[in-house]
Amino acid sequence: MSVAAGQYTAEAEAVEQYERQAARNPWLLLWGRLRKKRLAMLSLAIVLVIYGAGIAAPLLAPYSYTEQNLERGLEGPSADHWLGTDRLGRDMLSRVLYSARTTLIVTVAVVLSGTLILGNFLGLLAGYRGGWIDSLIMRVGDVFASLPGLPMLILLNATLLPRVLQWVGWVEDHTPISGLSSSGTASYFTVFGALALFSWVGTARLIRAQVLQLRERDFILAAQATGGSTWHIIWRHLMPNVSFLIILEVSAVLGSVAGSEILLTWFGVGVQPPNPSFGAMLFEGSGARTFQAHPHLLLVPAAVVTSLMFAFALLGDALNDAVRGR
Amino acid sequence: MAGYIIRRLLWLPVTLLAVSFLTFSIARFGPGDPVSVAAGQIRDPEVLARIRAERGLDGSIFEQYAKWVDRAVRGDFGESFAQRGYSVREIIFPKMWVSAQLGLVALFVVFGLGIPLGLLSAWLHGTWLDPLIISVLLFLRALPVVVVIPPLIWFFAVQNSILPVGGWDGIFDIWWIAGVIAVPIPDPHLYIPLVALTLPGFAGVARLVRVTALEVYTEDYVRTARAKGLPETRVAVRHVLPNSLLPIVTVVGFALVGIVEGAFFTETLLGIPGIGRLTFDSVVSRDYDVILATTVIVAFLFVVMNLLVEIVYSWIDPRVRLGEAAVV
Repeated sequence: MSVAAGQYTAEAEAVEQYERQAARNPWLLLWGRLRKKRLAMLSLAIVLVIYGAGIAAPLLAPYSYTEQNLERGLEGPSADHWLGTDRLGRDMLSRVLYSARTTLIVTVAVVLSGTLILGNFLGLLAGYRGGWIDSLIMRVGDVFASLPGLPMLILLNATLLPRVLQWVGWVEDHTPISGLSSSGTASYFTVFGALALFSWVGTARLIRAQVLQLRERDFILAAQATGGSTWHIIWRHLMPNVSFLIILEVSAVLGSVAGSEILLTWFGVGVQPPNPSFGAMLFEGSGARTFQAHPHLLLVPAAVVTSLMFAFALLGDALNDAVRGR
Repeated sequence: MAGYIIRRLLWLPVTLLAVSFLTFSIARFGPGDPVSVAAGQIRDPEVLARIRAERGLDGSIFEQYAKWVDRAVRGDFGESFAQRGYSVREIIFPKMWVSAQLGLVALFVVFGLGIPLGLLSAWLHGTWLDPLIISVLLFLRALPVVVVIPPLIWFFAVQNSILPVGGWDGIFDIWWIAGVIAVPIPDPHLYIPLVALTLPGFAGVARLVRVTALEVYTEDYVRTARAKGLPETRVAVRHVLPNSLLPIVTVVGFALVGIVEGAFFTETLLGIPGIGRLTFDSVVSRDYDVILATTVIVAFLFVVMNLLVEIVYSWIDPRVRLGEAAVV
């Protein structure tokens, strides 16, 4: 990740020092490039604010997300309820904050398991080992990639969810653990599992293509010659060289997973009530008559979701540019 | 190249079998016993066993799958559990036809508007309009389909009564001029779903065309064309456009995926009797055989289309070597 040497000017000294630093720490270089892009910084801020709101939801939310007040349902924004109330008189602001929490939990879980662990690991393994391992991983990947994502996710969640709920019910009956099914936590696992299952293929393909080039390089040969094991070479020599690609994948997957969770929940096969989700909020507001009478039911979650998706798209583009040296 | 295509074609049935088996096992994994649903009040074990055999639900999952494949290849996807007396085929295919029509029109619109937008953006490169166009398109892509539709219905159907609230009446209406000349015009039911389906798609097509066109603009033949005094519009249409179109074949697949996924929400919200609406209803009523058949058919179409796109692309652009890492 070297940068073409600039001409010697008054600032050249500073630039050179920065590049020396950057050569030691490429992440610094990446951050330096990214920091100059105003749009990217704005997008990053939006993502951080929404994710931060998700983390701090219990502290920030003025009400509980399940607290109903049927006498004050469907109210517009007021001093008591800054973003109004929904059909059951629940505070929209609190619902939005906790929905951001749901988005946070699902996206982070899927990125950790699907992208970072499954996709990254399988891509490294397939690219480095080659042979039948490569063929097997890539053919399985082909099958997953050729499946239409949304219908499959719907099918998977529609069939898995009741099963998982049954199991959870059994666990609750036979062990001291309780409150899992009544709180709807189980649905998080099916959503997250189904999304992880479909999100690894792109990452694995990308990493594999990069590793195919890397493994021909001398430093890998040297590592092999000195008796480095497969794991050692993968972790110590290949991983650091694909980490930039992983960053790109993470930003792309975060956005698409956030969108998928919302759409699945909208469809009724995602996160189950009473857990709040932007998908459920959008669903409640999506009738034409509802929109006419109470536009805030749709507009409040829509504004947050659209900002988040737009921010992810812009941030992904900027990261792409930064990684490619622009 | 022929070898590669043959290899891919040989893999096709394997992929299709894997896809259908995966879908099948997931669907069979669902809760509830379809046999006792079909039997209704009857609890006679003999009756249950007969229904089980009739529906191919006896034996191991592999035996069941083999029976299902045996029927499916002949177009028999079983009987709907939710709509008694109707075969899954009777239910699915008319709806699929509706979705296919809508999807095809949407595909044409995505490319028909996306390509000029991308070209325009490349042409305006260096001005503030270029990033503006792309940002607006990206913003439209960030808008979830389910957010776009209610305001559209409210404005055009409820508030102003220009367009119907929902439903479906074919793509074209016929206008008779003086009772003799037939002019096909788009059916008014088409507009709202079309807007909802195409808005997210423009960004992908336009950005790809833009990037390619920007590269083409630096080519020598463009400089020559300008040097010989061709007007800028003619340079764009005659020299840049044709050379920018090659890679868009690769995004046909992506665009179609977007349209198919969008159709689930568009059809559900607008009451269009297509495959998306059907899936929504089937999920609600837990009609697994319908979901299964839908998913398998859509998956088949996807697999075949991806292969077609790859072959067509290598055919129109001989520089592409098949079997190389896919363009990311």
